[in-house]
Amino acid sequence: MTLAAVAVLAAAVRAGTPVLFATLGEIFAERAGILNLGVEGMMLVGALAGFAATARTGNPWAGAAAAGFVGGCLGLIHALLTITLRANQVASGLALTIFGTGVSAFLGRGYVGVPASGFETTPLPLLSRLPGLGPILFQQDPLVYLSFAAVPLAWYVLYRTRWGLEIRAVGERPEAADAMGVDVARVRYACVAAGGVLAGLGGAFLSTAYTSMWIENMTAGRGWIAVALVIFATWDPLRAVAGAYLFGGVNALQLHLQATGTNLPIYLLLMAPYVFTIIVLVVATQETARKRLGAPAALSVPYSRTD
Amino acid sequence: MISFEARDAPARWTSWAVPAASILAAFIVGAAVLGLAGVDPLAAYGELLSGPFGSGFGLTETLVKATPLILTGLAVLVPARMRLWNIGAEGQFQLGAIGAAAVALFTPLGRSPGAVPAVLLAGMAAGAAWCLVPAALRAWLRVNETITTLLLNYVALLLVDSLIYGPWKDPAGRGFPLSATFPAAAKLPVLLPGTRVHLGLLLAVAAAVAVAIVLSRTRWGFEIRVIGDNPVCARYAGIDLVRNTILVMGLAGALAGLAGAGEASAIAGRLQRGLSPGYGYTGIIVAWLAKLNPIAAVLVAVLLGGLFLGGDALQISLGLPIAVVYMLQGLIFFFVLGGEVLVAYRVVIRRRTPVQMSPAASR
Repeated sequence: MTLAAVAVLAAAVRAGTPVLFATLGEIFAERAGILNLGVEGMMLVGALAGFAATARTGNPWAGAAAAGFVGGCLGLIHALLTITLRANQVASGLALTIFGTGVSAFLGRGYVGVPASGFETTPLPLLSRLPGLGPILFQQDPLVYLSFAAVPLAWYVLYRTRWGLEIRAVGERPEAADAMGVDVARVRYACVAAGGVLAGLGGAFLSTAYTSMWIENMTAGRGWIAVALVIFATWDPLRAVAGAYLFGGVNALQLHLQATGTNLPIYLLLMAPYVFTIIVLVVATQETARKRLGAPAALSVPYSRTD
Repeated sequence: MISFEARDAPARWTSWAVPAASILAAFIVGAAVLGLAGVDPLAAYGELLSGPFGSGFGLTETLVKATPLILTGLAVLVPARMRLWNIGAEGQFQLGAIGAAAVALFTPLGRSPGAVPAVLLAGMAAGAAWCLVPAALRAWLRVNETITTLLLNYVALLLVDSLIYGPWKDPAGRGFPLSATFPAAAKLPVLLPGTRVHLGLLLAVAAAVAVAIVLSRTRWGFEIRVIGDNPVCARYAGIDLVRNTILVMGLAGALAGLAGAGEASAIAGRLQRGLSPGYGYTGIIVAWLAKLNPIAAVLVAVLLGGLFLGGDALQISLGLPIAVVYMLQGLIFFFVLGGEVLVAYRVVIRRRTPVQMSPAASR
């Protein structure tokens, strides 16, 4: 492999990581039956909180913790509205994105241009020297490694634990889960909050690892791309990796082409990740329809015993 | 324990009290966030209100801001009537501005007596075409329109950039990313002399009335409502879902495109960045607060237009970003959504369920 190819692939992993966190989070929420279109807003507030805490404490882990915390809190607002108050899930998610975009831009105005020392590249011993894969996967920063751990963990929880069984039951047949003694509302609250924590971490990755700065609206639609990738992933954490790194690959490639000079117009390159996501969504929709891998049956349907 | 019991009919007092209390609650929470950030909330709200209500100029400027909001609100509202989420009004708005600029600047029509209708129609056509992409994907391939309409917003903004930084950049513009100014013939006429209230307001209100009539009095509107009430039932009734999806989304795109053409032609007089501070997204809130009623959307648009104008005042006097307006809009949206439960349900607080009910009775 040429050095350039290795560099692009390593960049693809980095560019895919924030979307991977957010996609994993949204998989949990949707598996429990709650559609959360507030991912973009939660990521933005997470990015700001992560950056602000990093800048103040000098410790990027404090930033990651803060981002996860505020992301989880925003998730709980969506949970309260959609689970307890049975509000429309699309509307509540959009409200969350509008609020998150506004509040992060407002509270973040003092952090524009402020320096902070975020996560640094930490090559893993031995693994980083693996031929081929080493420089691509194991010469990254700690949050990337955290995302590596999060994927199998999410898969294990969903498919191999009692919690996962309860989550899937609540998302498919809440009345059956309820009859079996599962607290539907509690499971849904937990999943939406977990989704917020992961979206917040994805945001923090952007502001403390991918770059070390805060810019208004810096997620640039990545939250929406994560929502699209959940469908591509057919609600499966392992397939989310493929989706996130594909997106990362397109992003890395267009940045590489911008840097090395090409005849393609720059705006066409900048559009590529969005257009690519739409194409992926179209393909994934056909595939899930053909293989009957539909969304969780109770997705975006409020549950109550009296209905 | 707290439980919700469905009301037989929504209590009458809730129809005005809940929205009013929601807005009040949003402003109280907003004050807390402002205070947290070291801004005096009372001073900020004073500015916010003095913008739209402080003067006669404020009132007409509120109508100027309300004009695109009525149209983007309708662009969200009409598809929502058949359970389609168009959250791409922002992008369709941008395409409307591009279409208007194309005709105004690069065709002989731009200097002709028919320039104004040509510019507006071009904007509507471009907005409709942009919205037909997600509509076609939805109608024939069942692709989720919420995500595709939204993602195209980013593409549309980049398209505007590519034009104003590229081939459409004004050679006399000293390098600024702006198109040339529209010829005088292509600018929308002002309705009230001495103000910026333009023909677009009349068209927007007319559009709201037309949409209301179509929805309530025509066969097409009936089909849209049946699909919205029960898509399965609609299919059995022989209503063509594909055709209605294309038509409704096309109409939505045209309405948002008209908003963009109006702003480019009447307010900015050129294609540039920032023609919309997010009118397309606010259109979602307009549609929801209006409960998908086109006439109510006009009133809600005026209210939220006032908020945008207040946001301008905050920017000028206190140096606060327009983001404050979005924060408040998000909060209003939250509280309205939460408040709706009070309209539909009665909150009952009991210490314990008194009688053990049989499973059949609790269903």
